[in-house]
Amino acid sequence: MYAFLFFLTFFLIYMVFVVYAERKISAFIQDRFGPMEVGYYGILQTIADLLKLVQKEDIVPLAADKKLFKPGPVIIFTSVFAGFAVLPLTSDFGGAAADIGIFYLLAIVSLDVIGILMSGWGSNSKYALFGAMRSVAQIISYEIPLGLMVVCVVMISQTLNLQEISYQQGIWWNTVNSGAENYLFGIKALGINTTNIGGILTWNIFRAPIFLIGFVIFFIASLAESNRGPFDIPEAESELVGGFHTEYSGLRWSFVMMGEYGMMLLVSFLAAILFLGGWNTPLPNIGSVVLAEWTSGEPGTIAGHIWGAFWMISKAFLLVGLQIWIRWTYPRLRLDQLMNLSWKYLTPASIILVLLSAIWRLFMI
Amino acid sequence: METSNIIFYIFGAITVLSTLYIVLTKNILYAAFALILTFIGVAGIFIFLGAEFIAVTQILVYVGGILILLVFGIMLTNRLSEKKVVSPSYNKLFGFVIAGGLFVLLIKGILQANFSALGWINQETSSPSGIREFGMTLMTDYVLAFEIIGLLLLLALIGAVRIAGNTRKEAEDAI
Repeated sequence: MYAFLFFLTFFLIYMVFVVYAERKISAFIQDRFGPMEVGYYGILQTIADLLKLVQKEDIVPLAADKKLFKPGPVIIFTSVFAGFAVLPLTSDFGGAAADIGIFYLLAIVSLDVIGILMSGWGSNSKYALFGAMRSVAQIISYEIPLGLMVVCVVMISQTLNLQEISYQQGIWWNTVNSGAENYLFGIKALGINTTNIGGILTWNIFRAPIFLIGFVIFFIASLAESNRGPFDIPEAESELVGGFHTEYSGLRWSFVMMGEYGMMLLVSFLAAILFLGGWNTPLPNIGSVVLAEWTSGEPGTIAGHIWGAFWMISKAFLLVGLQIWIRWTYPRLRLDQLMNLSWKYLTPASIILVLLSAIWRLFMI
Repeated sequence: METSNIIFYIFGAITVLSTLYIVLTKNILYAAFALILTFIGVAGIFIFLGAEFIAVTQILVYVGGILILLVFGIMLTNRLSEKKVVSPSYNKLFGFVIAGGLFVLLIKGILQANFSALGWINQETSSPSGIREFGMTLMTDYVLAFEIIGLLLLLALIGAVRIAGNTRKEAEDAI
């Protein structure tokens, strides 16, 4: 219950700042100023926009299928927000520590396709329909490499529980599972025990170095999942006006946008937990200089909560920043290039990685 | 009443009402979307039975996969013909007779059965580490069935690609 209230508030504050960040970063990349008028350096611009959006008339096209048009955006946002229900934020705080955590997350997030289809179809407009079709085709195709990467991590960690996956990647693993040991690069034969060194050395990308490639595949697939550039062909404004949300205005449109930015945050949290150590510190213990213990508190203590939340949120925000940076740097992919990338490159590579992680798991035990 | 009971009845109501809607509506697209709601309601009931894995699999496979394909199929055929796809009702008399008979049969069976006397119904259903045991059993005791299903799905996939794609050469042969 506390986790729900926390994530809702956190999400709304994040929305205000990420839109500002998106505009400022895009302005910086395109060598202009961005919003400058409202508040100091335009910092209140998003709040002004929000006030405008709330006051706007809720326009429903006359020929629209109202039963599908109206709930569409709400379903998109709800299904994305439901994904936050199993995320661990710190070592002792977060959503439900369900044993099927990551599996539930993948299932519930795939429901946003239904919202997209409902709004695209209900709009009764060619642009919206084509946008929805493209969007759904893209999301379903990229769910395969995304899901296979999750399978790789699950094979290495031997659990579907996101909190347990996080514990495995730091110095506090022994507090929940005494006798558990991490080795450098996960290879037991090397004989270098890193359980108490922690830091970046026990993150999944170092525990199994093949995940360096895995992380890149996951990141590319997650960009496509959230309909972000360079995979924003579903809302390509030069050909489709606004894609599946062309006909929406006011609060319903803002729900669609909240779905998109919520998805960005969710996949960033997920990438941080699966590959980048979750709430664990990146600094390792070096001899008597115990950097890892200085920068993370014992699970359950106040220090543990503050440090855990700090690392977790910083990692997620860094990844969101990376997504924004990529959107404004790379040109949009054509539809056939998009499908080629998913089916001819990412999917075979992920299948090979699944095989490799099975082999890597044999080194670890 | 406990909160979990209230949530259980909400899921039950979602399932029943959406199923009724599927039966009563004539618009196929609405029926497909209502079917999604039914599956979500059933998934909620599965969770109350302690079967988390089945609940999530239900959402992932039926809602996330099959029903989206279904809706896609309806959408692609619907707009091309410029008229709404409706499902009129046929054989009303026979339908009512068969459904009514089945209903009476089920009600009689349920009323006569003494569920509390069954042994397995009083056993603890949910264990915290069920998922690990489930995976172990699947990969040891039932591995043959698991592999055969995998092979069957692969065959279906290849068959579907063979039928759907690569039609150009056959079209030339037909001429």
